[in-house]
Amino acid sequence: MIRMFAIVEREMRKFFRSPMLMIMSLMMPILQLIIMGNAFGGKIVGEKVAVVDYDHGPQAVRLREAFDSIAVNIKTFTTVEYTDEVQAREDVRTGKINAAVIIPKQYSRRVYAQDAPVIGLVVDDSDQFSSGSIEAEMQSVVTALTTPVIQPRMANQIALEIVELYPYVNYLKYLLPACCAMAMYISVMIGGGMLYIDDKARGVHEGYLVTPITKLELVFGINTAAAIKAVLSGICLTVIGSLIAGLGVVFHPMADLELLAMIIVTAIAFNGMMFLLMVRVDDPLTPRAMFGVLNLLLFYPSGAMYPIAAFPPWLRALSVIDPFTYCVDGFKSILLKDGGFVSIQYDLLFLFVFGIGTLLIATPLFKRTL
Amino acid sequence: MTAPAIEVVHIVKRYGDFEAVKDVSFSVAEGEIFGLLGPNGAGKSTLIRMMTTLIPLTAGKAIVAGHDVAKEADAVRHMIGVIPQALTSDPDLTVEENLSIYAKLYSVPKAERIQNIAEVLEAVDLSKWRGAQVKTLSGGMRRRVEIARGLVHNPRIFFLDEPTTGLDPVSRIAVWEMLSNLRAKRNLTILITTHYMDEADKLCDRIAIVDHGKLVALGTPLELKHSVPGANVVEVHFDRETPEWQDRLEGLEGVTSVQAESEGFYRVLTSSGSKTTMQLVELAASLGETLTSLSVQNTTLDDVFVHYTGRQLRDEQVKPPVFTLPPRPGMQP
Repeated sequence: MIRMFAIVEREMRKFFRSPMLMIMSLMMPILQLIIMGNAFGGKIVGEKVAVVDYDHGPQAVRLREAFDSIAVNIKTFTTVEYTDEVQAREDVRTGKINAAVIIPKQYSRRVYAQDAPVIGLVVDDSDQFSSGSIEAEMQSVVTALTTPVIQPRMANQIALEIVELYPYVNYLKYLLPACCAMAMYISVMIGGGMLYIDDKARGVHEGYLVTPITKLELVFGINTAAAIKAVLSGICLTVIGSLIAGLGVVFHPMADLELLAMIIVTAIAFNGMMFLLMVRVDDPLTPRAMFGVLNLLLFYPSGAMYPIAAFPPWLRALSVIDPFTYCVDGFKSILLKDGGFVSIQYDLLFLFVFGIGTLLIATPLFKRTL
Repeated sequence: MTAPAIEVVHIVKRYGDFEAVKDVSFSVAEGEIFGLLGPNGAGKSTLIRMMTTLIPLTAGKAIVAGHDVAKEADAVRHMIGVIPQALTSDPDLTVEENLSIYAKLYSVPKAERIQNIAEVLEAVDLSKWRGAQVKTLSGGMRRRVEIARGLVHNPRIFFLDEPTTGLDPVSRIAVWEMLSNLRAKRNLTILITTHYMDEADKLCDRIAIVDHGKLVALGTPLELKHSVPGANVVEVHFDRETPEWQDRLEGLEGVTSVQAESEGFYRVLTSSGSKTTMQLVELAASLGETLTSLSVQNTTLDDVFVHYTGRQLRDEQVKPPVFTLPPRPGMQP
């Protein structure tokens, strides 16, 4: 055991002497959290919508008052007066404005006569987010205008009552579990993969191999050290990220225990996977070249950015064997849902079995000689 | 008679069809400094790696400190200290931390570890630097750290692969002195590989010359030099080259071999340096040629290497790049 701990001691001393690994493993996920968390998931405001009013009747005025109300309250869009429908459509196409509402002649009369009144909406659907947002606001306006002022005493339509279990989860919070996983992945990639191959190339392993250290002591020493580094990165990112995202869950001791369990098994799983990938690699360029590809293959199919339910079957199959999937799911369960150990038990089990399994496969592949 | 510290018997290493080490046998006595001399790629490092359990033998047997490296690798590892060619001490760690970690890899108990570290640091004259990070040390000092690291568990046999490569002449001499002192004080058996003739000559009790994986000569430096016909080497430089010089020089009395070094420059092995020198001067005068330099030396290991391999060791070390300028447009052929 003293020999295994000598390997761990060496790795940890190097780690603390050169804090660049810790900084780099935290830098990208934190920036990702801040930039992507704020860039995505925010409400769309300040769009320009042309209003072409051919009616000028009381119902058209009512409609335009509703638009003004949106402009000063929710601020999704402001309106611009147009007199020509063709010009408005052209300006939507060229991007001068984002949408155009056409109020046709006889609109007010048709509303009063209940004769299928129609309002036209021209949107730039090359931008699904903006057009979707404008469409949703327009739909809410139309629904509000259609609803009778005096409601019937007995509701005659099916109503859906939505109960939200958790407080509003903005994208910043939604992204935090993925960033925790990313920080640990980067730490394992640099602290486990790259340093392992660099040490091999520098001849450090040759120095180990001439000592009486056993193969198991060497494998477990190297992997324990890499896993400890990943755990430290995971803890740092979880705490810093939670504070940035405004999640107070890190102040609950039980949640902290659950997070620690998730971080430890994730470190074991990621490290086992990395060791298996690197165990026979000698070229220091290989892990650097693999970094981006692995990131793509592991991060995006995990449901970190988009729900797995929306994936095609082949991508869903990839997500089933992807340790990131279970890591992200586990972190979401704790950070966003406060689901307790019950909600993460399968994630913990998968990650633990995956980590030990990959290590068991990698160990016989590790050569005790050059 | 005591058993040899190292005994290598018909050792072979093959990588596919390529035979890196070809049927090499030798033994190293207890307390001896033994050198494996040869150019880069001769198989020295492969030999040392087989003896230190780093790579398996294809055939043959290697006994180190009484243990078979193939069957009792762990016992061998306890007995040996190994310094690889590359500097592998951690630059971010201090000298003492580097040594302590390696002592732990050999399971040296704490009290003994502390004592050993102090002793080896004293032996390599780095006691003052024990708390310094290795990256702050000079190349020579870093090599001394490596040597200390290899000795921290008190090995019986010490393997050093090209220990002075990359060091300046002063540091090289310091390393030689240190190794000689360590051998004397600790009764160490030392096996070093080198491609430096002077290093092998001054440091080693016996030398094995290795070329293309084969052991081509073995003996003390003196024995090896005496094994070469001709007691002296005359180096002569004529002011111009003519095709006849080679034959004329070979025809001189006592000359055993003539080697053209460069244009007009020859190394002449002779049984009598003084007689050949006189003859050379007379020959040049009779032909109306001018000698730009003339020197007489005793036979060196370089000559030994040339004698046994048919080429110079330094040719293998520094291969001048073959570079030809492309013809310019309009240039005369």
